[in-house]
Amino acid sequence: MPGLSDLYQEILLEHNSKPRNFRKLEEASQTSEGFNPLCGDQITLYLKVVDGVIDDVGFQGTGCAISRASASMMTQSIKGQSVEKAQEIFDAFHHMIIEPGGELDYDTLGDLETLSGINQYPTRIKCAVLAWHTMKAALTGEGDQVTTE
Amino acid sequence: MTTEDRAATAAVFDVNKVRDDFPILKQRVNGHPLVYLDNGATSQKPQSVIDAIVGYYTTTNSNVHRGVHTLSQQATDGYEGARTKIRQFINAGNDREIIFTRNTTEGINLVAHSYGRQNIGPGDDIIVSNMEHHSNIVPWQMLCEEIGANLRVVPIDDSGELLMDEYEKLLSPRTKLVSITHVSNALGTILPAAEIVQMAHAHGAPVLLDGAQAVPHMPVDMKELDCDFYAFSGHKLFGPTGIGILYGKTEYLEAMPPFLGGGEMIKSVTFEKTIYNDLPYKFEGGTPDIAGAIGLGAAIDYVNNLGFDQITAHEEELLRYGTDALSSIAGVQIIGTAPHKAGILSFIMEGVHPHDIGTILDEQGIAIRTGHHCAQPVMQRFQIPATARASLAFYNTKEDIDALVKGIDRVLEVFS
Repeated sequence: MPGLSDLYQEILLEHNSKPRNFRKLEEASQTSEGFNPLCGDQITLYLKVVDGVIDDVGFQGTGCAISRASASMMTQSIKGQSVEKAQEIFDAFHHMIIEPGGELDYDTLGDLETLSGINQYPTRIKCAVLAWHTMKAALTGEGDQVTTE
Repeated sequence: MTTEDRAATAAVFDVNKVRDDFPILKQRVNGHPLVYLDNGATSQKPQSVIDAIVGYYTTTNSNVHRGVHTLSQQATDGYEGARTKIRQFINAGNDREIIFTRNTTEGINLVAHSYGRQNIGPGDDIIVSNMEHHSNIVPWQMLCEEIGANLRVVPIDDSGELLMDEYEKLLSPRTKLVSITHVSNALGTILPAAEIVQMAHAHGAPVLLDGAQAVPHMPVDMKELDCDFYAFSGHKLFGPTGIGILYGKTEYLEAMPPFLGGGEMIKSVTFEKTIYNDLPYKFEGGTPDIAGAIGLGAAIDYVNNLGFDQITAHEEELLRYGTDALSSIAGVQIIGTAPHKAGILSFIMEGVHPHDIGTILDEQGIAIRTGHHCAQPVMQRFQIPATARASLAFYNTKEDIDALVKGIDRVLEVFS
């Protein structure tokens, strides 16, 4: 059985208490909003994409430690990356969270790998992926509102 | 049960003996003994309820009302016997006033569709409170949208009590229905239901009470409350899921058109004209949840046997104990502090989201509910996204509360 320490890793708790890029981006080129209707989690994601590169990123909203830390770490991992690379990171993260036991793409994931313990907690997967689906929607322009239901 | 019987059993309420009747409570979850504090979502079932359902399917299963054979008669007796038990349980005047539904939500929707469409028009008001479950908001919003009526909301104070003077101000000749919860699922507030009914009646408006969170905790008496409709679910009352009750006064039910058309709810059908059945069958189209009704009857037998004198006393003691315990933890704030409460301890913790509380407690075998509890307007009122909610039943113990407190200590440890 997975233990709590697999879920609430130090790095996750640290990102929860001091989320990175936790701000509104006035000059955003893309904005998207994500909801988890089941629990009321809400995130607004701001991206500034210049010539196919994510020049800056910010987020705001309310949610549990997992959704907040996941969002914070996501913004760190995609900032300065090309849109294609951000998509690759999305795929690697998504694969890690929804397919327990699958092989991990450590190179692409970097620090995000520390969130892999979440895949043992089916009730918390939606918390972890909310920011990511919101980012994907912002990049692909598939509607400006996302829900994880 | 007579008053003397109740007094005789009151002295011997033994919670451990009661717990023995609930097989699910004996198991371990995540390596710890199960501490079940999610009774507001659904309650556990005593062995007698499980046996009643198994017994029905083992020996009696048959369709009700239409058969001439023995099993059909026995199934009908069981189903109608359950109706009588429920009628006695809520002290309604007549079995015809007891309609089997799936749950509280269906009961409310039945009234919205059947009574609402016939009696509420453009510009009329429907009054609800700020602490309703979504199932006592959305059906009325849908109706308002359809017919151009207005939804009026009675505000609450910081403790979670209804502001009765504001309620009085909202009542007017335009008020065509008041639909209010008896006990708040998110806060535990017990509302002054009889007074609410009286005030609405003074303005000529009927009242529906959402009793989902009330019936497991206190005796409810239709004659005393004098409400016009009362809806509740079987599964929160130690019965099975899939069965619920709508009580309605005969004069209203008689005048209302049916809700679902189909079998059972008709007297005769030709392509030219259908004659609807009498009450309560007019509102019970289709084969009902016979086993569910019989299971609910068994649950009511069980509750009656314990008696509300004992149940209420035990739960009030637990609620006091839990309120004191949680209030004494630094960083924990109870949401819902009305003087009259039943069964609910909603709380938030500084710097920790309720979902994280829920996951960490679950690791210790403690089941609570976290989120908005299908009552988002209440959360908005308190400007919080969610709460953690421990909800009690008569089989809970002070040890359960102690485990909760210990679990919260662990939450503080993880998030320190």
